[in-house]
Amino acid sequence: MATMTADEIQAIEERFPQVFQRPMHKRFGPLLMLAGTLLYLVYAVWFFNLPQVLRESHWERLPLFLTQWISYDVQPIFPLDAPQITAKYPRFSVLGADPHPDWVKTNADGSVTVLVAGETRSVTFTRTEATIIANGMTVPVSMASGKPVVSGPVPDWITAHDEEVVADMGFAGEVRVAADRVKVRKRFLGWANFVFDPRSPFFEKSAGEVISLIVSGPELKPGTSNLALAIDNIWYNSQWQHGDVWTKLLQTIVMAFLGTLLGGIVAFPLAFFAARNITPSRLANQVLKRFFDFMRSIDMLIWALFFTRAFGPGPLAGSAAIFFTEIGTLGKTYSEALENIDEKPREGVLSTGADNLMVQRYGVLPEVIPVFISQTLYQWESNTRGATIIGAVGAGGIGLKLWEAMRTNSNWANVFYMVLLILLVVFIFDNISSFLRRRLSRTIHDYNRLQAERS
Amino acid sequence: MTLSATVHSDATNQAADAWRRQTSLRRLYTTLGVGLLLVALAGTMWFADEANAGHFFERLPHILDFLSWLVPKDWNDVWRALFDIASPHDNGTQEYNFPLGRAYVWGNFYIPEYFELMLTTLNVALVSTFIGFVFAVPFSFIAARNLTPHPVLRLIVKRFMELLRAFPEIVIAGLFAAIVSIGPIAAIIAIGLHSIGALGKLFYEINENIDMRAEEGLRAVGANWFERVRFADLPQVLPNFMSYTLLRIEINVRASTIIGAVGGGGIGEELKLSISRGFGAKTLALVLLLFTTIFLIDQFSAWLRRKLVGEQAFATGA
Repeated sequence: MATMTADEIQAIEERFPQVFQRPMHKRFGPLLMLAGTLLYLVYAVWFFNLPQVLRESHWERLPLFLTQWISYDVQPIFPLDAPQITAKYPRFSVLGADPHPDWVKTNADGSVTVLVAGETRSVTFTRTEATIIANGMTVPVSMASGKPVVSGPVPDWITAHDEEVVADMGFAGEVRVAADRVKVRKRFLGWANFVFDPRSPFFEKSAGEVISLIVSGPELKPGTSNLALAIDNIWYNSQWQHGDVWTKLLQTIVMAFLGTLLGGIVAFPLAFFAARNITPSRLANQVLKRFFDFMRSIDMLIWALFFTRAFGPGPLAGSAAIFFTEIGTLGKTYSEALENIDEKPREGVLSTGADNLMVQRYGVLPEVIPVFISQTLYQWESNTRGATIIGAVGAGGIGLKLWEAMRTNSNWANVFYMVLLILLVVFIFDNISSFLRRRLSRTIHDYNRLQAERS
Repeated sequence: MTLSATVHSDATNQAADAWRRQTSLRRLYTTLGVGLLLVALAGTMWFADEANAGHFFERLPHILDFLSWLVPKDWNDVWRALFDIASPHDNGTQEYNFPLGRAYVWGNFYIPEYFELMLTTLNVALVSTFIGFVFAVPFSFIAARNLTPHPVLRLIVKRFMELLRAFPEIVIAGLFAAIVSIGPIAAIIAIGLHSIGALGKLFYEINENIDMRAEEGLRAVGANWFERVRFADLPQVLPNFMSYTLLRIEINVRASTIIGAVGGGGIGEELKLSISRGFGAKTLALVLLLFTTIFLIDQFSAWLRRKLVGEQAFATGA
């Protein structure tokens, strides 16, 4: 490998002074910016009191919440003070009113076995002793003394408290043994009762059974066809509230559509008066442009809060908020598009003696309509996402429902269901909008190319 | 000029017919399209009105009543609310407890409550934009078709960024509110994650349009991927990256206000409370502060963007 001599290096340095002898501010500018950013971050850490917030946060909840997105649990309690051990289920258990699941077995000698995950993770208990089996170990617990006592060494997956022995079985669930009761939490992957809830006559029937009932079964509820009953039961499923969720989702879509379209309709004529090449009055241009800035800067949130107060919570308030913001956004982009047009077609139409309206119609509109539509579609797409969030302040749509489901901290599966629906809607609308915009941009592109060829 | 009698040859007739057919077909399509749009508009309006708590025509006459609470008894209260100066109308209620929110820095010098809240909102926006930028830059080089180290990696990163972009911010905010407690940190995480996706997409689209000659030059002298990205690609795209980041700051200030309103702290929360309780002077002060701040940030960022990348930052072409 050839090495350069000092002379050669010097020669190169002299030839390119702009590379090797840059002014101070250019050399140290990036460094200063980096230092400034770091200083700001230190300030931000102090400002938000980050160390303390992190110390007090509950990161162990994150995996728990995430498993709740895609799973559900059943928590039977077995009181030990009655002569015979029977399971008690919470009032609104996903298993229905009177469940007899096959993973709870009453043995011949009166003891009960609960299979948390098959025979390898299970608990068998009588009124005085329990045997917990998990991770290849068998751990006997005695309750004879009035307190649960683990006989022998305590493995690390068991926590022995004074009043309670807790056996953690990972994702499958846990077993809590106390002197007077045994509590089991068994976790199942999936969403419980997604189609029919326990109140429905179709509950716990297989898909084949349901279909045959609908096609040719006797009427389960006199006076209603089984199909209508099934649809009604799905729509009003008490756990998943499909009907409510879908209506709210539709509200969100409607809010974005209505707000954007109305904004476009109002912004369209205004943009012509705001564009300085179309309306020669400086005053009108400036007034309208500042008006657009004003509408945009007020922020969708403020509009949403105002209209929620004016119209009451609901999609009307949300649509109005998007509408007012969009007048500003679309007005600005429309008028900028108008200011960037090619003046030649306009002059051509003007020279034929056409009146002002005709000039706009035939000289300006064909050029800007694709751009207008494309920008409106883009806004529609981004408002579909935005409508979710302003919904949470009361402006209607799925946002509020989502926020409530989260605030109660119990129903992460429902949250995930709504998130999936929102993702689906955003995905579909993204694709529709970008497909249409691609078609339009081809039109714009062809137009530009023709122009270039002609000149 | 005399108009010569039109010569009807077969060819011109055919051409004219074809043209007429085309225009009438086009007109039909336009009419149908506009008609469909109007039907959809009317339908959705009816739907929105039906589903709303108050109905449009029912509430319209009262819209000015609703605005009446906004008018304060004394217009000076707006300034007093803004700067936490005691009001002569103070009657012990929350509506006029302006000096209560003062945050004393030293001695008698204090930061008015609303300015402090605005600062929180701004800091949330800045920190989350910073998070977005730091992750979006490396992601964008991986996701760009022409620069990616491996196509499979590119696909994964692209999908991941799409997911971050589409995932509702409010769900992330809600999830982390349950973990790090409700407040600005949850808002930062939510907006930051969203910004990674949004900025990453814009960045990799810029990367795909760069001049590859510098990259080829470095490849020829045996530079590895990091060196090529650092010395050939980054200098080309950095001004554009900065421009989009500034735009993102504008968007994130708005986003952090909204997240604030649903519990992320900052000025959004205060505004929501103030409007829902009908505190005229406080609401006006908050709106004024928010409006001015957003306006100034927009103007400053527009000026800086114009300096960085010129007029192209404002191109409206589709």
